[in-house]
Amino acid sequence: MAVGIRTRQLRKIYTSPPPMAAGAARGVGFSLSKREKPRERIEIVALDDLSLEVAAGEIFGLLGPNGAGKSTTVGVVTTRIRPTAGDAWIGPHNVWQERVAVKRLIGVVPQRPNLDFGLTAREILTFHGAYFGLSAAERHERANALLDRFRLTDRANQLLFGFSGGMMQRLSIARAMMHDPELLFLDEPSAGLDPQTRLLLWDIVREYHGRGKTILLTTHNMEEADALCGRIAIIDHGRVIALGTPAELKRSLPGGFLVRLQFDRVSEEMLQGLRRLAGVSEVRGSDDSGVDVYADRGGSLVPEIVNVATAAQAAVRDVHISEPSLENLFLHHTGRSLRE
Amino acid sequence: MNWRTFVALLSRDAHVARRNIIPLMLQTLFQPMLFVFVFGRIMTRSGLMAEQYKSMLLPGIIAVSMVLSGIWAVAMPLIAEFQFSKEIEDRLLAPIEIEWVAVEKMVGGMLQALFAGLVVLPIAWFVMGGVDLDGASTLSLLSIALLVALLAAGIGLTLGCSVGQTQIGLMFSLVMAPMIFFGCTYYPWQALAPFPLLQRIVLINPLVYASEGFRGALVPHFPHLSMPAVTGSLIGFDTIFVTVGLRQFRKKALG
Repeated sequence: MAVGIRTRQLRKIYTSPPPMAAGAARGVGFSLSKREKPRERIEIVALDDLSLEVAAGEIFGLLGPNGAGKSTTVGVVTTRIRPTAGDAWIGPHNVWQERVAVKRLIGVVPQRPNLDFGLTAREILTFHGAYFGLSAAERHERANALLDRFRLTDRANQLLFGFSGGMMQRLSIARAMMHDPELLFLDEPSAGLDPQTRLLLWDIVREYHGRGKTILLTTHNMEEADALCGRIAIIDHGRVIALGTPAELKRSLPGGFLVRLQFDRVSEEMLQGLRRLAGVSEVRGSDDSGVDVYADRGGSLVPEIVNVATAAQAAVRDVHISEPSLENLFLHHTGRSLRE
Repeated sequence: MNWRTFVALLSRDAHVARRNIIPLMLQTLFQPMLFVFVFGRIMTRSGLMAEQYKSMLLPGIIAVSMVLSGIWAVAMPLIAEFQFSKEIEDRLLAPIEIEWVAVEKMVGGMLQALFAGLVVLPIAWFVMGGVDLDGASTLSLLSIALLVALLAAGIGLTLGCSVGQTQIGLMFSLVMAPMIFFGCTYYPWQALAPFPLLQRIVLINPLVYASEGFRGALVPHFPHLSMPAVTGSLIGFDTIFVTVGLRQFRKKALG
């Protein structure tokens, strides 16, 4: 029985630096002079009335830049962060009120591996299975199958010291699948993975989804969201700014192509000229000398742009053409690149 | 409450502790043992200390060993697991209320503290060349041992959830060292009579009741605080540290 996720107007305001459950590095400073400088009261709005509905059995992507609220959202729906306001449900269970029931249904792969350094790779899996009440026989059978699937069998009986980042990431995912959860959370699963391992991960995610499971993944990698997700929510500053299938989202982008230009100077006359070019749907001056042109074509537009510039006594310094992509979509909605 | 998960959490800790048993024991027991040898054997043999001192020392050594082991067993892993490695996450996501993860840590710490007491008692007795234990009461020994083990686990939980990795050194020099030296471990409380103010102040130190409690249980004919007072105080300190520890744990575990 696959389960979905629902959140209603989730708000989360941190009044101190975000805690470990949000995946943030925590300061460990120590000060004996607290009284002398009263601490500044900080207020970080991580989630701003975030409402989402993830259907049972879909692969859903949360896309956004660092600090957009992706990990906080995962933290709230996985029982690890208490929302300031709003509600979240996993299947029929209210996340905050029925935490144990929720924890039984979910598997979580955190942004940074939090594997147990006291145990060997195999023990990490078998103890995890034990926490979820699997019998000894089941534990060993599943651990062996997962170690094999994630290509970790040859290191299975070693402690984690000396494991590479990719191996730890694979083991984290294997651990999350150990109790066969209905809902799998993957927080930035392919960050730091080499391309080969990333493809293995994508295969495994698709395979798991093929068994009727729901998967929620967060990423700031467009390619990944595009390749895996049935639907995507683009979030920024704790709000959903766009929602739909990757194809729908890309279609919603005016023109589809984005031509980013740098001039030595920009005049209103030139912008008008650019707007009049065939196929151009939107022209935005981004700063003193930068202009973004959204259009239904790319390369063939460049000579015409140069003509317009020359007529306005400006020179083109730099041209960058990008094809329809989620990256452009994000840029269009927020005015910022995902990687900024 | 989910017993299967609880037992699995406990067996994970037991498994890791078993793997590190030798360094773990040396860390907490080696120093008290040196103390036993120097003061309980060399000083008494050479006549610098009265033979009776051994009877004063043995209960104190048991108390300090148990308290140190228990605090160490709970606090050190917690400090590490809550910090950058965030190892504890996996257990916080186990299908059990998170408070039980803290309770499990305390039960694990209690078992290690009791184990330390069980190891230290015969070794110290042997190193000092025999100590007169006439009049020792098994029942009060057991009940004091349980209360002291819980005390150690509660202090461990409180410290483990309040102290950062960079403050471990400070924790030892500012909390543990004064606690040990003013914990009536190496001398009975009565010996502080010439320092009436100090004698009052040390009463806020829970280790005092552990040491004096073991004196009352093992060598009751030597001076010690009254057993009802010791038991009552230990129960009080246990309650305080377990409550504060659980609160700190919740605060630390939930965002």
